[in-house]
Amino acid sequence: MALSIDDDPRIIEFDVRTDEMLVNMGPQHPSTHGVLRLVLRTDGEVVSEIEPHVGYLHRCAEKIGENLTARQWIPYTDRMDYLAAMNMNLGWALAVEKLMRLEVSEKARHLRVLIAEMGRIASHLVGMGAYGLDLGTFSPFLYAFREREKILDLFEEACGARLTYSYITVGGLTADLPPGWLRRCEAFLDQFAPVIAEYHALLTTNAIFVKRTAGIGVLSRELAIDYGCSGPVLRGSGVDQDLRRDGESIYTSMYDGYAFEVAVQKDGRYPRDHAYPAVPTDAVLGDCWHRFFVRMLEVVQSMDLVRQAIDRYSACRGPLGEPAKLTEKIPAGDAYLETECPKGQMGFYVVGDGSPIPWRARARSSSFSNLSVVAELCRGCLIADVPAIVGSLDIVMGEIDR
Amino acid sequence: MAALLIQLGLPDWLAWAITAGIAAALILNVIAVGALVFIWAERKIAARIQDRLGPTRTGGRFGWLQSLADGIKLLAKEDLMPEGADGLLFRLAPYVSFCASFCAFLALPFAFDVVAQRLNVGVFFVIAVLGLEVFGVILAGYASASKWSLFGAMREAAQVVSYEVPLGMCVVVPVMLAGSMDLVTIGEKQSGWATNWYLFHDPFTFVVFWVYFTCAVASVNRAPFDLAEAESELVAGFHTEYSGLRWSFFFMAEYGSMFLVSALAAILFLGGWNGPIPLATLIGLSDGAGETAHYLARLLGCVNLLGKATLGVLVMMWVRWTLPRLRIDQVMTTCLKYCTPIAAVMFAGAMLWTLAFPGGLFHGGRRPAGEVREGWLSAVDAQPSLVARSAAVVAAAGVADRAGLRSTVSAAPAADGVAVEGVGAREDGGAWGAP
Repeated sequence: MALSIDDDPRIIEFDVRTDEMLVNMGPQHPSTHGVLRLVLRTDGEVVSEIEPHVGYLHRCAEKIGENLTARQWIPYTDRMDYLAAMNMNLGWALAVEKLMRLEVSEKARHLRVLIAEMGRIASHLVGMGAYGLDLGTFSPFLYAFREREKILDLFEEACGARLTYSYITVGGLTADLPPGWLRRCEAFLDQFAPVIAEYHALLTTNAIFVKRTAGIGVLSRELAIDYGCSGPVLRGSGVDQDLRRDGESIYTSMYDGYAFEVAVQKDGRYPRDHAYPAVPTDAVLGDCWHRFFVRMLEVVQSMDLVRQAIDRYSACRGPLGEPAKLTEKIPAGDAYLETECPKGQMGFYVVGDGSPIPWRARARSSSFSNLSVVAELCRGCLIADVPAIVGSLDIVMGEIDR
Repeated sequence: MAALLIQLGLPDWLAWAITAGIAAALILNVIAVGALVFIWAERKIAARIQDRLGPTRTGGRFGWLQSLADGIKLLAKEDLMPEGADGLLFRLAPYVSFCASFCAFLALPFAFDVVAQRLNVGVFFVIAVLGLEVFGVILAGYASASKWSLFGAMREAAQVVSYEVPLGMCVVVPVMLAGSMDLVTIGEKQSGWATNWYLFHDPFTFVVFWVYFTCAVASVNRAPFDLAEAESELVAGFHTEYSGLRWSFFFMAEYGSMFLVSALAAILFLGGWNGPIPLATLIGLSDGAGETAHYLARLLGCVNLLGKATLGVLVMMWVRWTLPRLRIDQVMTTCLKYCTPIAAVMFAGAMLWTLAFPGGLFHGGRRPAGEVREGWLSAVDAQPSLVARSAAVVAAAGVADRAGLRSTVSAAPAADGVAVEGVGAREDGGAWGAP
């Protein structure tokens, strides 16, 4: 808390009384990633206190889930993290499968990995581009969207939709890939790989970008764990946790046999860090720069996983398998499963009572926990740092408000 | 022009008023049309940088009418004023900004003597009047009754006032080299080959040019220094509450200022209206080639200056669409810790260099800059301004009148005679630069 004039009379400088100002950043503000409202208490350019207000995008998704069958709720999960709808679909599908003890075919498993990792690339591209936008540079945003567009084209071919896919569903996937899709996907990866160097040139190593992000909004390891942060925000603080490796067996078994390293700094080094720009000297573990960098590394990681998934998927013979019926009954009992979504650990909770309609459907949003640290991080920063910090958390309001 | 009107029998004051009106209208059009072209160019350039097409349809190919269409849209928009705003100041602010940008053009020469009003303190006038633009921004921020606008205005005030210091220091260097604050003189001192440009005068001026350009970008609020309208932080900064025509005045002022500081950079460092090679001299448009050649040479000069200034504007656009934005404290650090000391040291350096090698980098001490001239007359210092020239025409016409030969044809050579006489009278002025 900033001192008030009553606490300390020395605050008066040269007989000028400086007052604090309460400013609303959002819900209609260009850099609040949707409809987040931040109330800033500022003394000139310095922010002394910040309070996030959420709920502007609340659509009763969870309540609706208690009136629909498990598969019918899939389209509503699309609209949670609409930038990574595939991963949302997967999270709910796996939670229901865990309760129903469903097993998907080998082919469907590899296809899910393929699609989920592509979704992760698309989501991180938006996160990266929008972060550039928050820092006042417009071009990287369009560079990112140009590539994301190609992923969306591939998704459109696979499932017919470009944003709200409902592709991964309970018991499998709604359809198999069309002919030639894998070839086109590989072509995309081949042309995408060198583009990442452009992003590093435009943002990661850009002197102004480093000045704006390095050492700003430092989230300590302990604080990150205390606030329940997850995903790149947690790993950016140096915590080695990734549910694809550390999660429940129903989720980690999906990645059985896949080779990947968690993108986290260990002993001052990132995995394979010779291939990427060096960490700037001003950067502190847990600052905006590291959160951003972790995302960039995960993009490369996911590309690797997609290539492996393509190999495995094409090696599988036989049919993909039919997904569960729309009105498949859910056994009595409950199941909770967290998956590693691009934004963090997204949890889904389902309670069944023997009917096809879940008695309860709940979601645990990673962005919500990640956003909650914003008050800690922004204390004492400048107004210009607020978008830099909020942007580095890469939140999606659709997921927070549901 | 005025002389012609006087000749036609109009009273002096009316003739001058009409001339001034025409000059003002011309400059207004240069700014307005220039803004339209630059806005269109910015869209196309931004689009190309970002791997897009930009406007493609309005007005046929290349979407060249896009800015005009936007202008019409802005005219038709509702003119909103927020509740609680200070009405008078809110309405006044855009015009203050625009007028400052516009007035600075009055002293800006587009080619040798193609200037609305040649001032012997031209540099000073341009910089001072351009500095007034910030008043419009502060007024807008204060009168909008919006916190974001206020933030933008305070940032702009802090930034522009700070950057005036290194900007002024950079501008002083060419002024010192030319020994004059008259923009026409400064430009003409650099005539000849590109090696005569003050950019290449010595290593110090070369550095000063870049410092000047950085400060110029900052003082006209372009990225990466566009903090006053930082859309990701302050919504739209000082013009958050503006719409329609008033907003477009801010926009025109911005583009006008961009062009102005680039043109100033061209005149101070890049030889002004003198091309890299003295083309006009080489193809025989120089001294004594007649009235037509004279105007052609000036036209060439105009093209040169506009080209260089446009290049400066394009570089600003390129920077804008590439770099992220600095933070306010970093902007101030750049100014106070880097630009100002560098400019000061370079000023001292350029001074000492001039003492040692008066002719600049390429000509040692032997040959004064500006020996090979592009343009009309060889000694600049003696060149009478448009006013003096007109007076000469009037005088000549008077003589001719008394002789019963009222004809401009006979007046022209007489005017030349007067001008050339002036050269002789002030021959010593041309030798400045020798220690």
